[in-house]
Amino acid sequence: MKLSSEEIEILKILEEDHKLPAATIASMVMSDEETVQNTIKKLEDQKIIMSYPTLINWSKVEGQSNIVAMIEVKVTPKRGVGFDEIAERIARFPEVSSLYLMSGAYDLSITIEGKTMQQIARFVSEKLSTFEHVVSTTTHFMLKKYKHDGVIFEGGDEKDRRMVVTP
Amino acid sequence: MKNEYSSYLSQTAKEIQPSGIRKFFDLAASMEGVISLGVGEPDFVTPWNIREATILSLEQGITSYTANPGLLELRQEICKYLKNRFSVQYNPKNQVIVTVGASQAIDLAFRAILNQGEEVLIVEPAFVAYGPLVSLAGGKPVPVSTSPENGFKVTPEQIEAAITEKTKAILICSPNNPTGTMLTKDELAELAKVIQKHDLILISDEIYAELSYDETFTSFAAIDGMYERTILINGFSKGFAMTGWRLGYLAAPAEFVSVMLKIYQYTTMCAPHMLQIGAIEALRNTFNEVEEMRKSYQRRRNYIVQSLNEIGLDCHTPGGAFYVFPSIRSTGLSSEEFAEELLKAEKVAVVPGNAFGESGEGYVRCSYATSMAQLQEALKRMQRFVESRKMVLQK
Repeated sequence: MKLSSEEIEILKILEEDHKLPAATIASMVMSDEETVQNTIKKLEDQKIIMSYPTLINWSKVEGQSNIVAMIEVKVTPKRGVGFDEIAERIARFPEVSSLYLMSGAYDLSITIEGKTMQQIARFVSEKLSTFEHVVSTTTHFMLKKYKHDGVIFEGGDEKDRRMVVTP
Repeated sequence: MKNEYSSYLSQTAKEIQPSGIRKFFDLAASMEGVISLGVGEPDFVTPWNIREATILSLEQGITSYTANPGLLELRQEICKYLKNRFSVQYNPKNQVIVTVGASQAIDLAFRAILNQGEEVLIVEPAFVAYGPLVSLAGGKPVPVSTSPENGFKVTPEQIEAAITEKTKAILICSPNNPTGTMLTKDELAELAKVIQKHDLILISDEIYAELSYDETFTSFAAIDGMYERTILINGFSKGFAMTGWRLGYLAAPAEFVSVMLKIYQYTTMCAPHMLQIGAIEALRNTFNEVEEMRKSYQRRRNYIVQSLNEIGLDCHTPGGAFYVFPSIRSTGLSSEEFAEELLKAEKVAVVPGNAFGESGEGYVRCSYATSMAQLQEALKRMQRFVESRKMVLQK
Protein backbone atom coordinates (compact mmCIF):
# COMPACT_ATOMS: atom_id res chain seq x y z
CA MET A 1 0.00 0.00 0.00
CA LYS A 2 1.27 3.46 -0.84
CA LEU A 3 1.16 5.84 2.11
CA SER A 4 1.93 9.55 2.20
CA SER A 5 5.06 10.68 3.99
CA GLU A 6 2.88 12.23 6.68
CA GLU A 7 1.17 8.89 7.30
CA ILE A 8 4.53 7.14 7.58
CA GLU A 9 5.70 9.83 10.01
CA ILE A 10 2.63 9.24 12.17
CA LEU A 11 3.31 5.50 12.20
CA LYS A 12 6.89 6.08 13.30
CA ILE A 13 5.80 8.44 16.07
CA LEU A 14 3.21 5.93 17.33
CA GLU A 15 5.68 3.09 17.15
CA GLU A 16 7.96 5.05 19.48
CA ASP A 17 5.25 6.30 21.85
CA HIS A 18 1.62 5.26 21.44
CA LYS A 19 0.43 7.50 24.26
CA LEU A 20 1.10 10.86 22.62
CA PRO A 21 -2.11 12.86 22.23
CA ALA A 22 -3.32 13.48 18.68
CA ALA A 23 -2.82 17.24 19.13
CA THR A 24 0.88 16.74 19.92
CA ILE A 25 1.35 14.39 17.00
CA ALA A 26 -0.38 16.97 14.81
CA SER A 27 2.14 19.64 15.79
CA MET A 28 5.03 17.25 15.14
CA VAL A 29 3.92 16.57 11.58
CA MET A 30 2.57 20.10 11.03
CA SER A 31 -1.01 19.00 10.57
CA ASP A 32 -4.22 19.39 12.58
CA GLU A 33 -5.68 17.21 15.27
CA GLU A 34 -8.68 15.99 13.30
CA THR A 35 -6.61 14.91 10.31
CA VAL A 36 -4.31 12.95 12.61
CA GLN A 37 -7.24 11.25 14.33
CA ASN A 38 -8.73 10.31 10.98
CA THR A 39 -5.40 9.03 9.70
CA ILE A 40 -4.88 6.84 12.76
CA LYS A 41 -8.42 5.48 12.44
CA LYS A 42 -7.80 4.72 8.77
CA LEU A 43 -4.50 2.97 9.49
CA GLU A 44 -6.21 0.88 12.17
CA ASP A 45 -9.01 -0.04 9.76
CA GLN A 46 -6.48 -1.01 7.12
CA LYS A 47 -4.81 -3.28 9.68
CA ILE A 48 -1.52 -1.46 9.20
CA ILE A 49 -1.68 -0.60 12.87
CA MET A 50 -2.48 -3.99 14.33
CA SER A 51 -2.50 -3.42 18.08
CA TYR A 52 -1.15 -1.19 20.89
CA PRO A 53 1.62 -0.66 22.10
CA THR A 54 1.85 0.00 18.43
CA LEU A 55 2.44 -3.09 16.34
CA ILE A 56 2.71 -2.03 12.73
CA ASN A 57 2.57 -4.30 9.75
CA TRP A 58 5.31 -2.49 7.83
CA SER A 59 5.22 -5.11 5.08
CA LYS A 60 1.91 -3.59 3.96
CA VAL A 61 3.49 -0.17 3.45
CA GLU A 62 5.19 0.42 0.13
CA GLY A 63 8.86 1.32 0.44
CA GLN A 64 8.95 0.60 4.17
CA SER A 65 8.97 -3.17 4.36
CA ASN A 66 11.94 -4.76 6.04
CA ILE A 67 13.75 -7.82 4.86
CA VAL A 68 13.98 -10.32 7.66
CA ALA A 69 16.44 -13.18 8.03
CA MET A 70 17.10 -15.81 10.68
CA ILE A 71 20.73 -16.62 11.19
CA GLU A 72 21.99 -19.76 12.90
CA VAL A 73 25.39 -19.16 14.44
CA LYS A 74 27.88 -21.63 15.82
CA VAL A 75 30.15 -20.13 18.43
CA THR A 76 33.12 -21.33 20.46
CA PRO A 77 32.24 -20.35 24.01
CA LYS A 78 34.83 -18.24 25.77
CA ARG A 79 36.32 -19.41 29.04
CA GLY A 80 34.74 -17.68 32.03
CA VAL A 81 31.97 -15.94 30.21
CA GLY A 82 30.55 -18.70 27.99
CA PHE A 83 28.28 -17.35 25.30
CA ASP A 84 27.25 -14.19 27.14
CA GLU A 85 29.98 -11.84 26.06
CA ILE A 86 29.65 -12.39 22.32
CA ALA A 87 25.85 -12.58 22.52
CA GLU A 88 25.65 -9.24 24.30
CA ARG A 89 27.87 -7.61 21.72
CA ILE A 90 25.87 -8.94 18.79
CA ALA A 91 22.61 -7.99 20.50
CA ARG A 92 23.48 -4.30 20.45
CA PHE A 93 23.40 -3.94 16.67
CA PRO A 94 20.14 -2.23 15.79
CA GLU A 95 19.63 -4.61 12.85
CA VAL A 96 19.32 -7.49 15.32
CA SER A 97 15.70 -7.74 16.41
CA SER A 98 16.03 -10.89 18.53
CA LEU A 99 18.78 -13.15 19.76
CA TYR A 100 18.48 -16.45 21.61
CA LEU A 101 20.86 -19.09 22.90
CA MET A 102 19.59 -22.44 21.60
CA SER A 103 20.06 -26.08 22.42
CA GLY A 104 20.79 -28.43 19.51
CA ALA A 105 22.68 -28.11 16.26
CA TYR A 106 23.73 -24.49 16.62
CA ASP A 107 24.25 -22.00 19.45
CA LEU A 108 22.81 -18.59 18.72
CA SER A 109 19.63 -17.84 16.81
CA ILE A 110 19.56 -14.30 15.47
CA THR A 111 16.67 -12.52 13.80
CA ILE A 112 17.89 -9.62 11.75
CA GLU A 113 15.97 -6.92 9.91
CA GLY A 114 17.29 -4.70 7.19
CA LYS A 115 16.05 -2.38 4.48
CA THR A 116 17.85 -4.27 1.74
CA MET A 117 19.33 -7.67 1.08
CA GLN A 118 22.75 -5.96 0.86
CA GLN A 119 22.40 -4.55 4.34
CA ILE A 120 21.85 -8.02 5.74
CA ALA A 121 24.62 -9.52 3.62
CA ARG A 122 27.00 -6.83 4.84
CA PHE A 123 26.07 -7.46 8.45
CA VAL A 124 26.78 -11.17 8.09
CA SER A 125 29.99 -10.87 6.11
CA GLU A 126 31.55 -7.77 7.67
CA LYS A 127 30.35 -7.95 11.25
CA LEU A 128 29.06 -11.31 12.37
CA SER A 129 31.47 -13.67 10.67
CA THR A 130 34.50 -11.58 11.61
CA PHE A 131 33.98 -12.16 15.34
CA GLU A 132 36.82 -14.26 16.65
CA HIS A 133 34.59 -16.86 18.29
CA VAL A 134 32.09 -17.28 15.47
CA VAL A 135 32.71 -20.61 13.77
CA SER A 136 29.98 -20.59 11.15
CA THR A 137 26.77 -18.86 10.12
CA THR A 138 23.74 -20.03 8.14
CA THR A 139 21.35 -17.37 6.92
CA HIS A 140 17.68 -18.03 6.14
CA PHE A 141 15.61 -15.26 4.58
CA MET A 142 12.01 -14.96 5.69
CA LEU A 143 9.51 -15.09 2.85
CA LYS A 144 6.18 -14.30 4.47
CA LYS A 145 4.89 -13.47 7.92
CA TYR A 146 1.70 -15.24 9.05
CA LYS A 147 1.75 -14.65 12.77
CA HIS A 148 3.94 -12.48 14.97
CA ASP A 149 3.82 -11.95 18.74
CA GLY A 150 0.48 -13.72 18.91
CA VAL A 151 -1.08 -11.54 16.25
CA ILE A 152 -2.17 -13.15 13.00
CA PHE A 153 -0.99 -11.08 10.02
CA GLU A 154 -2.45 -12.81 6.95
CA GLY A 155 -5.65 -14.68 6.35
CA GLY A 156 -6.51 -14.87 9.98
CA ASP A 157 -9.48 -12.55 10.03
CA GLU A 158 -11.70 -14.43 12.38
CA LYS A 159 -15.22 -13.23 11.84
CA ASP A 160 -17.90 -13.63 14.41
CA ARG A 161 -19.76 -16.50 12.81
CA ARG A 162 -22.52 -16.65 15.40
CA MET A 163 -26.02 -15.68 14.43
CA VAL A 164 -27.18 -12.25 15.49
CA VAL A 165 -29.68 -13.62 17.96
CA THR A 166 -29.42 -17.00 19.55
CA PRO A 167 -31.40 -18.45 22.38
CA MET B 1 56.49 33.44 44.15
CA LYS B 2 57.50 37.07 44.44
CA ASN B 3 54.34 38.62 43.07
CA GLU B 4 50.60 38.03 42.75
CA TYR B 5 49.81 35.03 40.56
CA SER B 6 47.97 37.16 38.07
CA SER B 7 51.17 39.00 37.21
CA TYR B 8 52.58 35.75 35.83
CA LEU B 9 49.64 35.16 33.49
CA SER B 10 49.33 36.25 29.88
CA GLN B 11 47.34 39.40 29.30
CA THR B 12 45.44 37.85 26.41
CA ALA B 13 44.47 34.80 28.43
CA LYS B 14 43.33 36.93 31.35
CA GLU B 15 41.13 39.09 29.17
CA ILE B 16 39.13 36.16 27.83
CA GLN B 17 35.72 35.94 29.46
CA PRO B 18 34.58 32.59 30.83
CA SER B 19 31.73 31.11 28.80
CA GLY B 20 28.33 32.52 29.76
CA ILE B 21 26.82 29.08 29.31
CA ARG B 22 29.05 27.49 31.94
CA LYS B 23 28.28 30.12 34.55
CA PHE B 24 24.61 29.44 34.21
CA PHE B 25 24.92 25.69 34.28
CA ASP B 26 26.73 25.59 37.58
CA LEU B 27 23.51 26.98 39.03
CA ALA B 28 21.33 24.47 37.20
CA ALA B 29 23.56 21.56 38.19
CA SER B 30 23.07 22.32 41.88
CA MET B 31 19.29 21.80 41.64
CA GLU B 32 17.29 18.60 41.47
CA GLY B 33 14.52 17.65 39.04
CA VAL B 34 15.66 20.13 36.42
CA ILE B 35 14.58 19.56 32.82
CA SER B 36 17.36 20.89 30.69
CA LEU B 37 16.74 22.48 27.33
CA GLY B 38 20.24 23.82 27.57
CA VAL B 39 22.25 20.90 26.31
CA GLY B 40 24.04 21.47 23.02
CA GLU B 41 24.38 17.81 22.11
CA PRO B 42 22.24 15.01 20.70
CA ASP B 43 20.15 12.88 23.07
CA PHE B 44 21.15 9.83 21.04
CA VAL B 45 24.07 7.61 21.95
CA THR B 46 26.62 7.03 19.17
CA PRO B 47 25.25 4.25 16.89
CA TRP B 48 26.49 0.86 18.00
CA ASN B 49 28.26 -0.09 14.77
CA ILE B 50 30.60 2.88 15.28
CA ARG B 51 31.26 1.96 18.90
CA GLU B 52 31.76 -1.70 18.00
CA ALA B 53 34.28 -0.91 15.26
CA THR B 54 36.27 1.09 17.80
CA ILE B 55 36.13 -1.66 20.43
CA LEU B 56 37.31 -4.15 17.84
CA SER B 57 40.22 -1.93 16.88
CA LEU B 58 41.33 -1.80 20.50
CA GLU B 59 41.06 -5.58 20.79
CA GLN B 60 43.26 -5.85 17.74
CA GLY B 61 45.80 -3.63 19.43
CA ILE B 62 45.50 -0.61 17.17
CA THR B 63 46.96 1.97 19.52
CA SER B 64 49.74 3.71 17.60
CA TYR B 65 49.97 7.24 16.21
CA THR B 66 48.52 7.88 12.79
CA ALA B 67 49.82 10.21 10.09
CA ASN B 68 49.47 13.85 11.27
CA PRO B 69 46.42 14.72 9.17
CA GLY B 70 44.73 11.44 10.12
CA LEU B 71 44.45 7.99 8.53
CA LEU B 72 44.47 8.26 4.75
CA GLU B 73 41.54 5.84 4.64
CA LEU B 74 39.51 8.21 6.80
CA ARG B 75 40.50 11.26 4.78
CA GLN B 76 39.41 9.40 1.65
CA GLU B 77 36.03 8.65 3.22
CA ILE B 78 35.68 12.29 4.26
CA CYS B 79 36.40 13.48 0.72
CA LYS B 80 33.97 10.96 -0.72
CA TYR B 81 31.34 12.16 1.74
CA LEU B 82 31.91 15.87 0.98
CA LYS B 83 31.71 15.16 -2.73
CA ASN B 84 28.60 12.97 -2.62
CA ARG B 85 26.66 15.07 -0.13
CA PHE B 86 27.70 18.63 -0.91
CA SER B 87 29.41 18.45 -4.32
CA VAL B 88 32.71 19.88 -3.10
CA GLN B 89 35.84 18.10 -4.17
CA TYR B 90 38.99 17.84 -2.05
CA ASN B 91 42.15 15.82 -2.40
CA PRO B 92 42.51 13.49 0.60
CA LYS B 93 46.30 13.61 0.32
CA ASN B 94 46.82 17.33 0.97
CA GLN B 95 43.53 19.11 1.58
CA VAL B 96 42.10 17.54 4.72
CA ILE B 97 43.09 17.38 8.39
CA VAL B 98 41.26 15.26 10.96
CA THR B 99 41.19 17.28 14.18
CA VAL B 100 40.27 16.84 17.81
CA GLY B 101 36.78 18.31 17.52
CA ALA B 102 35.65 20.94 15.05
CA SER B 103 36.68 23.59 17.61
CA GLN B 104 40.30 22.66 17.10
CA ALA B 105 39.87 22.96 13.35
CA ILE B 106 38.62 26.52 13.86
CA ASP B 107 41.54 27.24 16.18
CA LEU B 108 43.98 25.99 13.53
CA ALA B 109 42.35 28.15 10.87
CA PHE B 110 42.69 31.34 12.92
CA ARG B 111 46.26 30.59 13.93
CA ALA B 112 47.22 29.91 10.35
CA ILE B 113 45.79 33.09 8.83
CA LEU B 114 45.90 35.83 11.48
CA ASN B 115 48.59 38.40 12.14
CA GLN B 116 48.55 40.53 15.27
CA GLY B 117 45.53 42.85 15.32
CA GLU B 118 43.82 41.58 12.18
CA GLU B 119 40.07 41.48 12.41
CA VAL B 120 37.68 38.58 11.99
CA LEU B 121 33.97 39.23 11.48
CA ILE B 122 31.81 36.95 13.55
CA VAL B 123 28.14 36.75 12.68
CA GLU B 124 26.19 36.90 15.93
CA PRO B 125 24.39 35.42 17.80
CA ALA B 126 27.21 32.89 17.64
CA PHE B 127 28.73 29.88 19.35
CA VAL B 128 30.68 31.12 22.38
CA ALA B 129 34.12 29.86 21.32
CA TYR B 130 34.69 31.86 18.14
CA GLY B 131 35.62 35.22 19.69
CA PRO B 132 38.08 33.84 22.25
CA LEU B 133 39.75 31.67 19.58
CA VAL B 134 40.33 34.76 17.43
CA SER B 135 41.81 36.63 20.42
CA LEU B 136 44.08 33.72 21.32
CA ALA B 137 45.43 33.71 17.78
CA GLY B 138 46.29 37.40 18.15
CA GLY B 139 43.37 38.68 16.10
CA LYS B 140 40.46 40.88 17.00
CA PRO B 141 36.92 39.50 16.89
CA VAL B 142 34.41 41.95 15.41
CA PRO B 143 30.77 41.03 15.98
CA VAL B 144 28.29 41.46 13.15
CA SER B 145 24.84 41.58 14.71
CA THR B 146 21.89 40.11 12.88
CA SER B 147 18.28 41.03 13.46
CA PRO B 148 15.33 38.87 14.46
CA GLU B 149 13.13 40.59 11.84
CA ASN B 150 15.30 38.91 9.26
CA GLY B 151 15.25 35.56 11.07
CA PHE B 152 18.81 36.20 12.29
CA LYS B 153 20.12 35.87 8.75
CA VAL B 154 23.12 38.05 8.06
CA THR B 155 22.81 40.42 5.08
CA PRO B 156 25.55 41.63 2.69
CA GLU B 157 24.93 45.20 3.97
CA GLN B 158 25.57 44.18 7.57
CA ILE B 159 28.85 42.56 6.56
CA GLU B 160 29.86 45.51 4.41
CA ALA B 161 29.25 47.92 7.31
CA ALA B 162 31.63 46.03 9.61
CA ILE B 163 34.55 45.79 7.18
CA THR B 164 37.68 47.88 7.85
CA GLU B 165 41.10 47.80 6.21
CA LYS B 166 42.14 45.34 8.91
CA THR B 167 39.43 42.80 8.18
CA LYS B 168 41.01 39.51 7.21
CA ALA B 169 38.31 36.89 7.48
CA ILE B 170 34.71 36.12 8.32
CA LEU B 171 33.23 33.21 10.21
CA ILE B 172 29.76 31.98 9.34
CA CYS B 173 27.97 29.05 10.94
CA SER B 174 24.92 27.74 9.12
CA PRO B 175 22.78 26.02 10.36
CA ASN B 176 23.50 28.23 13.32
CA ASN B 177 24.03 27.64 16.99
CA PRO B 178 22.11 29.21 18.84
CA THR B 179 19.41 30.39 16.42
CA GLY B 180 19.04 27.31 14.21
CA THR B 181 18.92 29.65 11.23
CA MET B 182 20.02 28.13 7.94
CA LEU B 183 21.07 30.22 4.94
CA THR B 184 19.74 29.19 1.54
CA LYS B 185 21.88 28.75 -1.54
CA ASP B 186 20.78 32.13 -2.94
CA GLU B 187 21.55 33.89 0.32
CA LEU B 188 25.01 32.32 0.40
CA ALA B 189 25.61 33.50 -3.17
CA GLU B 190 24.70 37.09 -2.17
CA LEU B 191 27.09 36.98 0.80
CA ALA B 192 29.78 35.48 -1.40
CA LYS B 193 29.83 38.62 -3.55
CA VAL B 194 30.76 40.85 -0.60
CA ILE B 195 33.29 38.35 0.71
CA GLN B 196 34.99 38.20 -2.69
CA LYS B 197 34.79 41.94 -3.26
CA HIS B 198 36.78 42.55 -0.06
CA ASP B 199 39.04 39.54 -0.60
CA LEU B 200 38.18 37.95 2.76
CA ILE B 201 38.88 34.40 3.85
CA LEU B 202 35.78 32.48 4.88
CA ILE B 203 35.72 30.05 7.76
CA SER B 204 32.52 28.10 7.20
CA ASP B 205 31.41 26.12 10.24
CA GLU B 206 29.19 23.40 8.77
CA ILE B 207 29.01 21.14 11.81
CA TYR B 208 25.19 21.10 11.67
CA ALA B 209 25.06 20.30 7.94
CA GLU B 210 23.40 16.90 8.51
CA LEU B 211 20.66 18.52 10.55
CA SER B 212 18.77 20.58 7.99
CA TYR B 213 15.03 20.20 7.71
CA ASP B 214 13.19 22.21 5.12
CA GLU B 215 15.74 22.82 2.41
CA THR B 216 18.74 20.90 1.19
CA PHE B 217 21.92 22.09 2.82
CA THR B 218 24.38 23.89 0.56
CA SER B 219 28.04 24.05 1.51
CA PHE B 220 29.55 27.52 1.26
CA ALA B 221 32.54 26.03 -0.56
CA ALA B 222 30.21 24.94 -3.37
CA ILE B 223 29.24 28.55 -4.18
CA ASP B 224 30.96 30.03 -7.26
CA GLY B 225 34.35 31.54 -6.48
CA MET B 226 34.31 30.54 -2.80
CA TYR B 227 36.26 27.26 -2.87
CA GLU B 228 39.63 28.98 -3.18
CA ARG B 229 39.01 31.18 -0.11
CA THR B 230 37.04 28.84 2.16
CA ILE B 231 38.23 26.81 5.11
CA LEU B 232 35.43 24.31 5.54
CA ILE B 233 34.87 23.01 9.07
CA ASN B 234 32.84 19.90 9.83
CA GLY B 235 32.88 16.98 12.22
CA PHE B 236 31.11 13.97 13.62
CA SER B 237 29.67 15.39 16.85
CA LYS B 238 26.22 16.54 15.84
CA GLY B 239 25.10 14.55 12.80
CA PHE B 240 26.50 11.22 14.00
CA ALA B 241 25.86 11.80 17.73
CA MET B 242 29.57 11.57 18.55
CA THR B 243 30.14 14.64 20.74
CA GLY B 244 32.39 13.01 23.33
CA TRP B 245 34.65 11.52 20.65
CA ARG B 246 36.00 14.96 19.84
CA LEU B 247 36.47 14.29 16.14
CA GLY B 248 36.24 17.02 13.57
CA TYR B 249 37.94 17.90 10.33
CA LEU B 250 38.76 20.76 8.03
CA ALA B 251 39.06 20.91 4.27
CA ALA B 252 40.66 23.80 2.40
CA PRO B 253 43.01 24.72 -0.43
CA ALA B 254 46.32 22.85 -0.06
CA GLU B 255 48.26 26.07 0.59
CA PHE B 256 46.19 26.70 3.72
CA VAL B 257 46.25 23.08 4.82
CA SER B 258 50.02 22.74 4.70
CA VAL B 259 50.40 25.64 7.16
CA MET B 260 47.66 24.40 9.45
CA LEU B 261 49.22 20.96 9.36
CA LYS B 262 52.52 22.42 10.54
CA ILE B 263 50.81 23.90 13.61
CA TYR B 264 48.87 20.69 14.18
CA GLN B 265 52.04 18.58 14.09
CA TYR B 266 53.51 20.50 16.98
CA THR B 267 50.39 20.92 19.09
CA THR B 268 48.49 17.66 18.77
CA MET B 269 50.32 15.21 16.50
CA CYS B 270 47.15 13.40 15.46
CA ALA B 271 43.61 12.54 16.51
CA PRO B 272 43.26 9.27 18.50
CA HIS B 273 43.80 6.29 16.22
CA MET B 274 40.98 4.04 17.43
CA LEU B 275 38.46 6.86 17.23
CA GLN B 276 39.46 7.47 13.63
CA ILE B 277 38.62 3.81 12.95
CA GLY B 278 35.17 4.46 14.42
CA ALA B 279 34.82 7.52 12.18
CA ILE B 280 35.54 5.43 9.07
CA GLU B 281 32.70 3.11 10.08
CA ALA B 282 30.49 6.15 10.70
CA LEU B 283 30.98 7.47 7.18
CA ARG B 284 30.55 4.05 5.57
CA ASN B 285 27.57 2.48 7.28
CA THR B 286 25.57 4.90 9.35
CA PHE B 287 23.41 6.95 7.02
CA ASN B 288 20.16 5.15 7.88
CA GLU B 289 20.64 6.05 11.53
CA VAL B 290 21.67 9.62 10.71
CA GLU B 291 18.51 10.03 8.64
CA GLU B 292 16.32 8.58 11.39
CA MET B 293 17.88 10.96 13.92
CA ARG B 294 17.33 13.88 11.57
CA LYS B 295 13.66 13.05 11.15
CA SER B 296 13.23 12.65 14.86
CA TYR B 297 14.71 16.12 15.49
CA GLN B 298 12.49 17.57 12.81
CA ARG B 299 9.32 16.24 14.47
CA ARG B 300 10.41 17.66 17.79
CA ARG B 301 11.27 20.99 16.19
CA ASN B 302 7.80 21.25 14.71
CA TYR B 303 6.28 20.49 18.08
CA ILE B 304 8.37 22.93 20.11
CA VAL B 305 8.01 25.84 17.65
CA GLN B 306 4.23 25.52 17.61
CA SER B 307 4.01 25.10 21.39
CA LEU B 308 6.26 28.09 22.16
CA ASN B 309 4.20 30.31 19.89
CA GLU B 310 1.01 29.03 21.52
CA ILE B 311 2.18 29.95 25.01
CA GLY B 312 3.11 33.43 23.85
CA LEU B 313 6.84 33.22 23.21
CA ASP B 314 7.37 34.31 19.60
CA CYS B 315 9.55 31.83 17.81
CA HIS B 316 10.59 31.61 14.16
CA THR B 317 10.93 28.17 12.58
CA PRO B 318 14.64 27.43 12.31
CA GLY B 319 15.81 25.51 9.25
CA GLY B 320 18.45 23.42 10.99
CA ALA B 321 20.49 22.33 14.06
CA PHE B 322 18.52 21.38 17.18
CA TYR B 323 17.91 24.77 18.72
CA VAL B 324 15.02 27.19 18.76
CA PHE B 325 15.53 30.81 19.73
CA PRO B 326 12.24 32.26 21.01
CA SER B 327 11.75 35.89 22.03
CA ILE B 328 10.99 36.37 25.71
CA ARG B 329 10.31 40.10 25.43
CA SER B 330 6.58 39.62 26.13
CA THR B 331 7.46 38.62 29.71
CA GLY B 332 9.11 41.97 30.44
CA LEU B 333 12.29 40.20 31.54
CA SER B 334 15.84 40.30 30.23
CA SER B 335 17.32 37.07 28.87
CA GLU B 336 19.27 36.38 32.01
CA GLU B 337 16.36 37.20 34.33
CA PHE B 338 14.07 34.97 32.31
CA ALA B 339 16.49 32.04 32.39
CA GLU B 340 17.20 32.42 36.07
CA GLU B 341 13.58 32.92 37.19
CA LEU B 342 12.36 30.07 34.99
CA LEU B 343 14.97 27.81 36.51
CA LYS B 344 14.09 28.81 40.05
CA ALA B 345 10.32 28.79 39.63
CA GLU B 346 9.79 25.84 37.31
CA LYS B 347 13.13 24.05 37.10
CA VAL B 348 13.54 24.33 33.36
CA ALA B 349 16.99 25.28 32.13
CA VAL B 350 17.39 27.38 28.99
CA VAL B 351 20.37 29.49 27.94
CA PRO B 352 20.07 33.29 27.95
CA GLY B 353 20.46 34.61 24.40
CA ASN B 354 22.97 37.30 25.33
CA ALA B 355 25.50 34.54 26.09
CA PHE B 356 25.84 34.36 22.29
CA GLY B 357 26.36 38.07 21.69
CA GLU B 358 24.47 41.29 22.25
CA SER B 359 21.97 40.70 19.48
CA GLY B 360 20.77 37.64 21.41
CA GLU B 361 19.36 39.83 24.19
CA GLY B 362 15.62 39.36 24.52
CA TYR B 363 15.90 35.73 23.43
CA VAL B 364 16.72 32.37 24.98
CA ARG B 365 18.13 29.25 23.40
CA CYS B 366 16.17 26.05 23.89
CA SER B 367 17.63 22.79 22.65
CA TYR B 368 15.05 20.23 21.60
CA ALA B 369 17.52 17.36 21.60
CA THR B 370 15.63 15.74 24.44
CA SER B 371 12.81 13.20 24.63
CA MET B 372 9.23 14.13 23.67
CA ALA B 373 8.09 13.32 27.21
CA GLN B 374 10.60 15.80 28.65
CA LEU B 375 9.75 18.40 26.03
CA GLN B 376 6.05 18.17 26.82
CA GLU B 377 6.72 18.56 30.52
CA ALA B 378 9.10 21.47 29.93
CA LEU B 379 6.55 23.27 27.77
CA LYS B 380 3.87 22.76 30.41
CA ARG B 381 6.12 24.34 33.00
CA MET B 382 7.11 27.20 30.70
CA GLN B 383 3.46 27.92 30.02
CA ARG B 384 2.80 28.16 33.75
CA PHE B 385 5.75 30.52 34.10
CA VAL B 386 4.68 32.77 31.23
CA GLU B 387 1.11 32.91 32.62
CA SER B 388 2.39 33.95 36.03
CA ARG B 389 4.49 36.67 34.41
CA LYS B 390 1.41 37.96 32.61
CA MET B 391 -0.34 38.33 35.98
CA VAL B 392 2.62 40.28 37.33
CA LEU B 393 2.68 42.56 34.29
CA GLN B 394 -1.06 43.25 34.49
CA LYS B 395 -0.76 44.53 38.06
